[in-house]
Amino acid sequence: MEWLAILPYATPVALAAIGETIAQRGGVINISLEGGMLMGAFFGMFASFLTNSPWLGLFAGLAAGVAITAVFAYFTVYLASDQVVVGTALNLFALGLTGTFYRARFGQSGQILSVARVPQWHSLDAVTLLLLVSVVAVNFLLFRSAWGLALRSAGEYPKAAEAAGFSVHRLRLGALLIGGAFAGIAGAYLSVGITGSFAENMSAGRGFVAIAMVTFGRWRPAFVFLASLLIGFADSLQFRFQAYGWNVPYQLMTALPYLLALIVLAVVGKGTVAPQALGIAYRREK
Amino acid sequence: MKTRIGQLALTVVGLFAILLLTLAAFRLPIKDSLSLIVHGAFGDKFGWSRTAVKSIPLLLTGLGMVVSWRGGMYNIGGEGQFIVGGLLGGWFARWGIQAGLPPAFGIAMILICGAVGGALWAALAGLLYVKRGVEVVISTILFNFIAIQFLNWAASGPLQEAKHQLPLTDLLPDNWMLPKFDRQTDLHAGVFLAVLAAIAIWGFLYFTKAGFKLRVVGENPRVARANQIQVMRTKMLAIMVSGALCGLAGGVEYVGTAGQLGAGFSQQWGFLGIPVALLGGLHPLWAIGSAFYFGALFSGSENLARFTPAGTTIVYVIQAAAVLGYVAMKALNDRRITPKEAG
Repeated sequence: MEWLAILPYATPVALAAIGETIAQRGGVINISLEGGMLMGAFFGMFASFLTNSPWLGLFAGLAAGVAITAVFAYFTVYLASDQVVVGTALNLFALGLTGTFYRARFGQSGQILSVARVPQWHSLDAVTLLLLVSVVAVNFLLFRSAWGLALRSAGEYPKAAEAAGFSVHRLRLGALLIGGAFAGIAGAYLSVGITGSFAENMSAGRGFVAIAMVTFGRWRPAFVFLASLLIGFADSLQFRFQAYGWNVPYQLMTALPYLLALIVLAVVGKGTVAPQALGIAYRREK
Repeated sequence: MKTRIGQLALTVVGLFAILLLTLAAFRLPIKDSLSLIVHGAFGDKFGWSRTAVKSIPLLLTGLGMVVSWRGGMYNIGGEGQFIVGGLLGGWFARWGIQAGLPPAFGIAMILICGAVGGALWAALAGLLYVKRGVEVVISTILFNFIAIQFLNWAASGPLQEAKHQLPLTDLLPDNWMLPKFDRQTDLHAGVFLAVLAAIAIWGFLYFTKAGFKLRVVGENPRVARANQIQVMRTKMLAIMVSGALCGLAGGVEYVGTAGQLGAGFSQQWGFLGIPVALLGGLHPLWAIGSAFYFGALFSGSENLARFTPAGTTIVYVIQAAAVLGYVAMKALNDRRITPKEAG
């Protein structure tokens, strides 16, 4: 088998996870990542369907991911609301919105939908290349730029960031929006990259797998990318295990990425390298 | 917002406004849509029955969410616990029918199997949290997808129907189903069970020592630790009771409505318990009202789906908007509804 063939399977989770790494370095767990991917998948497909351009599809996916994440950011950063409550509500919102639009526009009949896809060249395409570039770029952004330093301080000890003159709220907002853009493209890649189609609840938990991969990759873009490759490998197996002559139920192979994500979480545990203020809303003192 | 009545009035007005706004946002004719929804939910005895039948799993999974979230465990794996509960019940039914068990005993055992299956499935996530610090929010969702595949495998493998043609289990015989009130409608005795469960959970949370400890752990783990409450053990209890309720919901759905298991067994009931619980203010008795409201919306929107392009998924949007509205209201009142330290 060609090793490069894993890349497209890994790309949705990897892109979302790289974006989520930025958000988590700033101290926020974007629980609505799943919803961002689903929005990206639907609006990416829809734009590609309307314009026949997969590039506009990717852009629409990005915009949809940013939009839903902006709502998440408003609630969790500015209103200091609970990240799980808001994230869960937004995931439900994305499921309802995309499902309703999809049924209204394309019917419930299971009509075969085929939209223009991103052109591929030997398992490589613009999005997988973007992924490879973003691993390096995000690493630079987080560890070699002034903004990255400030952001990481907001994730470790927000009071210090605030004392140094940064706005923790604005840093976190920025990190979340960048993460939302990644999630949107990741979702759009599912529809206009891999399948050229859409199905209800298409993201199928990949947003949560991506969050798991951020933990497994210890909040470092390169490790997060490698962790996602492992998931991509597991994901690709369900389409290839029969060719290998393995006599296992295919349901086991479908469940494998989720099982693997759970196992790695159990093995690495939370550890001590997590950003110290992860998941804790910052309230400015009055 | 000072009094309970004011709060209730505000919630009712808010929910109605959200319903209207959502219909308008999807460019549905508001007056006609509303009458379709109301007719579908309460138009005749079939409507009332549909509403009640949908409220049952919503209330049971909603109660499950009340218990775990009150205890600081963000269980969002109700779906998986629901499925595993139903699955264990299905496994028991297959064995019990062959063994010729008395049906009443069999039904009771299926319900117990449901609760046990859900509790054990939830316990896996609980153990990962307690032993390895794995966030429950993440693990329970991952367990959902594994449960779905487990169900698909069982329904096309060991539990498949006798003819081995469809990925479904055998249909339960009529006398192995919960009794129905009327031959023509689907409303079954599970409705009593759900309301009893709400009262039982209310009693547990507010009138027992264990329930008190659970609420303290959820609200302030430091206070709990200072008072020598075993935080991890309490959290384990919270998620297992939660799983038991979601699994029971699966068992009730199996012997009450579905009668067989297959890929379409759970219509997101486990997940939808979350908005039910949140809109019920994480209180078991208010959850009854909240489950009934959403049950009505679901059965009403089924009627809406027959005449407009909008389907039941529109209810998800309404639920999400309602939760966000509730969260915003709470934030503006600067009161916290959820535990501070949660997994």
